[in-house]
Order: sequence, then structure tokens, then C-alpha cells
Amino acid sequence: MFKDDHGELLLEVRGITKQFAGVQALKGVDLEVAPGEVHCVMGQNGAGKSTLIKTLSGVHQPDSGSIRWEGEEISISSPTAALDLGIATMYQELDVVDGLSVAENIFLGHERSTGGLLHVKKSNAAARALLERLGHGKLSPTTGVGSLSAANKQIVSMARALSRDTKLIIMDEPSAILDSGEVSNLFRVVRELTAQGIAVVYISHRLEEIRQIGDRISVIKDGRSTASSLGVTETPTSDLIRLMTGRDVANVFPDRNPVAADAPVVLEVEDVELSGQFEKVSFTVRAGEILGFAGLVGSKRSEILETIYGARKASSGRVSVNGTVLRPGSVTSAVNAGMGLSPEERKSQGLILDEPMFKNVTLSTFERFARAGYLDERAEREAAREQISALEVRPADPDRPARTLSGGNQQKILLARWLVHGTPVLLLDEPTRGVDVGARAEIYTLIRDLAAAGTAIIVVSSEIEEVLGLADTVIVIDDGRVLTQTRANDIDEHGVLDLVMKGSAA
Amino acid sequence: MSEQKTKVAESRVSGPADHGASGNSPMRNFLEGSAGRSLGLVIALVLLFVMGAVTSGDRFLNLENMLTILRYASIIGVVSIGVTFVITAGGIDLSVGSVLGLSTVVASMTSVQLAATQSSWILMVLVALAVGAGAGLINGLIVAYGNVVSFIATLAMLVGARGLAELISGRSTQIVSNRDFLQVMRGEVLGVSILIWIFVIVAAAGWFLLNRTTFGRRTIAIGGNLEASRLAGIKVKRHLVYLYVLSGLTAGIGGVMFLGRTTAGTSTHGLLLELDVIAAVVVGGTLLVGGRGTIMGTVLGVLIFSTLINVFTQNNLDTSLQALARGLILVVAVLLQQRFAARGTRVTKPVKV
Repeated sequence: MFKDDHGELLLEVRGITKQFAGVQALKGVDLEVAPGEVHCVMGQNGAGKSTLIKTLSGVHQPDSGSIRWEGEEISISSPTAALDLGIATMYQELDVVDGLSVAENIFLGHERSTGGLLHVKKSNAAARALLERLGHGKLSPTTGVGSLSAANKQIVSMARALSRDTKLIIMDEPSAILDSGEVSNLFRVVRELTAQGIAVVYISHRLEEIRQIGDRISVIKDGRSTASSLGVTETPTSDLIRLMTGRDVANVFPDRNPVAADAPVVLEVEDVELSGQFEKVSFTVRAGEILGFAGLVGSKRSEILETIYGARKASSGRVSVNGTVLRPGSVTSAVNAGMGLSPEERKSQGLILDEPMFKNVTLSTFERFARAGYLDERAEREAAREQISALEVRPADPDRPARTLSGGNQQKILLARWLVHGTPVLLLDEPTRGVDVGARAEIYTLIRDLAAAGTAIIVVSSEIEEVLGLADTVIVIDDGRVLTQTRANDIDEHGVLDLVMKGSAA
Repeated sequence: MSEQKTKVAESRVSGPADHGASGNSPMRNFLEGSAGRSLGLVIALVLLFVMGAVTSGDRFLNLENMLTILRYASIIGVVSIGVTFVITAGGIDLSVGSVLGLSTVVASMTSVQLAATQSSWILMVLVALAVGAGAGLINGLIVAYGNVVSFIATLAMLVGARGLAELISGRSTQIVSNRDFLQVMRGEVLGVSILIWIFVIVAAAGWFLLNRTTFGRRTIAIGGNLEASRLAGIKVKRHLVYLYVLSGLTAGIGGVMFLGRTTAGTSTHGLLLELDVIAAVVVGGTLLVGGRGTIMGTVLGVLIFSTLINVFTQNNLDTSLQALARGLILVVAVLLQQRFAARGTRVTKPVKV
């Protein structure tokens, strides 16, 4: 698949920089893309991948550096200019309009029309042709996009890119919203595209995927290229991780402290089931134990967690904390019994972004700082400040709005919330999503310390490595089914993937 | 690719769009804080006063006229306080005008008045409050547990409550005959009408409730992020019900005040009041999307509109012109609010760990 002929590059980016209000987002990034290749761009969150994409798609203009397109020096002044050149971008948040049909979405902005009158039949036919080119001839152009799955919406988005004379498609973590079956379908489509000479810039931090689909890899760290155009097959994983993180993987995770054999069982989950989502799960977590859920996207990890927490109502089964049986479907009952959840989507499910840090920290405890309903904001701020300094949230200003914090600090605010609460059970859903590497290590240490202090913790993560590195016990799930439960030391990433593959085949 | 395109693009590169982060000067913090927003309203109010003083002189600037402005503001003001809570939580209550009308009708029914004569005038007050709170309870249950959008649920109540009021009253005016009630409602304390006192008390209680209590904190939290509040263990649905009850209750208080001022209950009381109320709340700076509410702003918003009306009336200006001016004020206020909201999202860049 790898194209050797570097003779004619499609895109050549040299040393671009970009500064936003005092923050140097890009400090010198190089990227070269040949026609028909899949060029992967890797980097931790906050490395500057998004800024790079936005620069290439005309949203931002670089402060310095050069961009050559088909050999000519250009600058991309606007998203429209990028589209005119033949650069289409598929953002993570799919930009399709749910209320319109597939064909209407494909030709959105460049409708087939004469004098304002739409050519419905013609555009439906053209849409069908495009969908067939993508191997999705079954998708009807007249279907409403709102009823499509995320995977099919992505296809529509790609068809839209093709409907303009596109030579380069930038895909920003396209697999993030797909389950494993859909990912292989995505890869098939990507191969269709490259076979037609279209180049793809594929942004991801999932090594397994990059190994499958990529031709070459460029790595960015802290806004700077640390490697350009490495061959996918010949570069070892350890090198890539070092290039991305600047450190060796081994020391990212803190040492485990063994769970005492006589540690009491704090959380007991018996035959909890949510029909249509996941089958019966049972497990216990002891004080000081970290239980990890490993599985791919779509394995229903988060659903299980949310059901245990009462955010979804279980169809059957029983959850108890320190012997107290929780009322199914009641978050309040879970919180009162001593359970805390740090949700997957920090911004939409966890934080009140415009409120100051301290009010976010005390969101589940503010009633404790009140006498007969009268809030003692000073005591509240003080309690928050204590946790803010203990967790080293930066800046340590309790009055700063949560919106202004980085991902890692926002995560710490959520941890602080439950530390103030003093919950014996902590559920962490994707605790390091959107958190950059330095902060990740800090958060791992925090989680470990919490366990050492006797908290029973469940960690759910799409990064298998994270689950294995952090947890004492691991439950491997796939498609809502528990495949195995084992000590983390007894299984590795390969083992987990093997199980998942076998599980899906069965 | 063409020469021209490149040039245009380059000229853009040289002018980076650089917002925010330029500093957190105390002045700027102050102006962007709630005090700053209220300050803008105070300035608007002062301007209106200057306008009144210049155009009408002593006819405008005298104690009696000031009290007239406040009396006019009092009923809208009381209802606006309740609605501020609902809007702060991200909802809307369109039904307050109708509910107010219904409460005047029920409280002035012959049977209620008879019972009040035999017991106490307070019975009429309690009936009006119960009607308001009851309507609010229905709104709240439908919104919170029926998962109906607040706009629709309270629109239904707007239509329904008015209809019920017409049915009960037979579209006739029910005169209040209870002397004690009228005496209290038309009375004065320290030379100031009891209606104004009610407004002052409700506003003060509202401010305290929103800013100093767990109830207020829950309200702001739910408006700021409903899902996060739910996952933090807040009983969101129950709280939503309380909010609509509170809003209905203030409509009931408004009904009592209407009965006192007009000495009669009719189904047309409070017609279109909801529009004045929402306008005042929004002008005051409470965000319609929820998460930020200001009682002080609402009070100032109400005062701005009632002063405006007073100035126009003093100058014998057309009421149509008055309506036009109110529309303008509303639009300008919302535009300013949007600018503020847009700026709020990019005050400062994230700080790296």
C-alpha cells in the first residue's frame, strides 16, 4: 500500500507555527502527504493535532511556515478556499444536518439547482453514484440522516467530500464514534478512496488502527513534529510512544499496592442487566481495589457503569454499597450510599462550565455547607480549596470558571468533588480522555493514592493499556457481555484483544 | 492557487484574531461581573430619569410620581421574581398572566368571599396563593415528569387557565366586598403603598433564596448543566416541580395585589403580563438558556420598563410609540447579553497542567 514515489507530493507543510493569545499551539510542524496514501498523524491530546487540522482546512491561518499544494506555495484563507482546493475535513463531531435527507446533506452548500430550483431527481441520482463509489449503494439518498447510525452519517460526510472534487480528506479520529465492526467498514471505505488516488490524513491515537490502515506516520508532541513520514510497518510501538510522550511507557503507571486479603467488600453488583444493552454482570470490589473494564468502543462499558450508578435503570439485578441495596434508577440513592461517578463526557455530563471551580467541586456536597438551607459559601470555598491544593489543580484559584481549565485540571475537579464527598466507591469513566500526557501520569497517581486510602474504584477506559496499567482486577467485555474476569497481571493487551476478537466471532 | 487568492489570504494571516487573555484587570472583572451588568442597567435607569426630569420637570421628579412608578412596577415585579427562577433553571413560564387572572377570579368567587367574611380576609389571600401554586404544580409535574418542553406545557396552561377563569366568572367582573381585605391591600406603611412593600419583600426574599441557599444553588446548577447536576446526585425533577410552584405562587401573590388594586376579580386580569415579565427578566440579564440569573437585574429591568412608561405618559406620548421603545430596549439588551455570553466563553485560554 505504501507509495514509494515521493516525486509528486500533494501536500507539503513546512515548519508552520500558530499562536493563540499567548499559547503557542504549533511550534513547527511538518507534514507531507502523497496522493493515494493514508498518512496518520499521531499525538497526545493537546499536542496540536486539532490546530494542525484547522490550519489545513482554512479555519486558522498559520503565523509562519509554508504550505505547498501540488507543488505550489499557497495559503488557505478560509474553509471555502480549502474546499475549492480539494481539501475536505471530517470532524469528530459530524457536521451533518439530521433534518435533511442523505442527498440533501451530500450537496449541502452546493445544491444541484437552476435559478434556485432544486433538481431533486438529479441530485438523488448523483448521491447514489457517490454512495456506490464508497461501497454503500444500499444507503438510500432519500433517507433522513437523523435516522442513520453514526457510521452511516460518516459515510454521508465522506460522500459530501467526494461530491466536491476532493483530493485530500482529513479525518479527525473517525473511529472514536464507531464500534469495532463499523471500524473495519470504515477502513474498507478508506481503501476505496485511496484506490481512487485520494489521499487521507488520518488522525488517531490508537496504534492498532494505525497499523491496520496507515501507510506512513507523522508524530507531533507539544506543537512540534517529533517524527515525519515514518513507515507504519517498520516503526516499533515503543518508539512511537516515546515520540508522542517523550518518556517510556513503563513509568507512566504508578506501582500497585496489593489489596489486603481481608479488605471488606464495598461494592457488590449481582446479576445487573439492562435489556438491549448488556447481559447480566456480577462482581464485587473491595476497599482499596481498582477494577478495570476493558473493551473496545461499543462494548457497553459506560452503559454498565451508568446502570450501576443508577443513571440508567437496570432491568434486573441488585447493586449494594456496604450492604445497603440501592434503588434501581436512582442516582440520589447511589450518591447517598456513597457512590460517585466521574462521567465520560466531562463537559456535558460533569461540569457546569461557567460556574467557578469551587461550586463545581461542591456540586454534590453543597447541602452539607448549609444550615436550614442557608449556604456557607466560605466554608464551601475552603473545602474546595483544600482539595484543589491537594490535587494540585492549576491555577489554584477556586473562583475561576471551570471552562478555563485544561482537560486534566477539569478531571481533577471531578475527583475533588467526590473527595469532598468522601465516597467509598468511585466510578471513573474515561478518566484521562482529553488529558495530556503529563497530567495523565498525575491522574494515575491520584487514582492509585485514592485506592491506597481504601476507596473501591472502577475504571472504564477505551485504552486497554490504561485499564491494564491501573487496575488490580480486569473485566473484559465485548458487546455487553462479560468475556472474562482476571487479575490485571495475568493478561496483556494482546490477550484482551484476542478475547474480544474470539468473542465477536463466536 | 491563483495570484489573487494568495494575496487575499496573506493579508488575513497578518491580522490574527486575538481575543481575551489580554488580562484580568480589576476594572474588567468588575465590568464583566454581575455588578458590572447591573451597573449598565442602573445607567439606563438614570438616563430615563434624566429624560423624565428634562421633559417633565417637577411633574416627573416628585415623591408622589416615584411612588406611582413603583406601584406600577410592583405586580409585574413580584411575578418576575418567580419567573426569574424558572428561567435561571433553563425553563420558561408563559402561564403567569393567566394564572394570575385565574387566582383573582377564584379568590373573589361569592362562596370564597362569603367564607372570608365569616372567618378572615386572609382566606382570600390563601385561596389566591393556592390557585397560583396549584397551577404551578401542574406545570411542574408536566415539565419534569411528563418530559414536555416548558414552553409548550406552560403555553397550554396559559390558554387553559384563562379559559377556566372565564368559565368560573362567566366573563363578569366580581367585585371584592370584603372590607378588611381592601383596607389592608389599599393601606400604606410609612407612607408607602402595601403593594410596593410586597414587591420589596418578595424581591429581597428572592435574592436571598437564589444567592444564599441550597435551593438557589440547585436552580443555577440545573440551568448550567442539567445532566451534570443529575449525575452529581441532585434531584433534578423534584426541583423543577418546586420551581414552577414558586413561579405560580408569585403569580398568586400578583393576583392578590391585583384584587387589592382594582377591587375586583376578572378573567382578563394579567392579560399579556407574561410578555412584560419575560422582557423584564431578560433585560435584567438572566440568561434564557439558564445557568445565570439575577434578581437585582430583574428588579432593575422591571423599573426600567415602568419608568419608561411613566415618562411617556407624562409627556402624553402615544402608547404605540411607547411599545416601539420597549421593543427597542429589549433587542438592545439581548444583543448586549449575547456579546457578554460570547465573551464569557473565551475570557481566558485553558491553562496547561
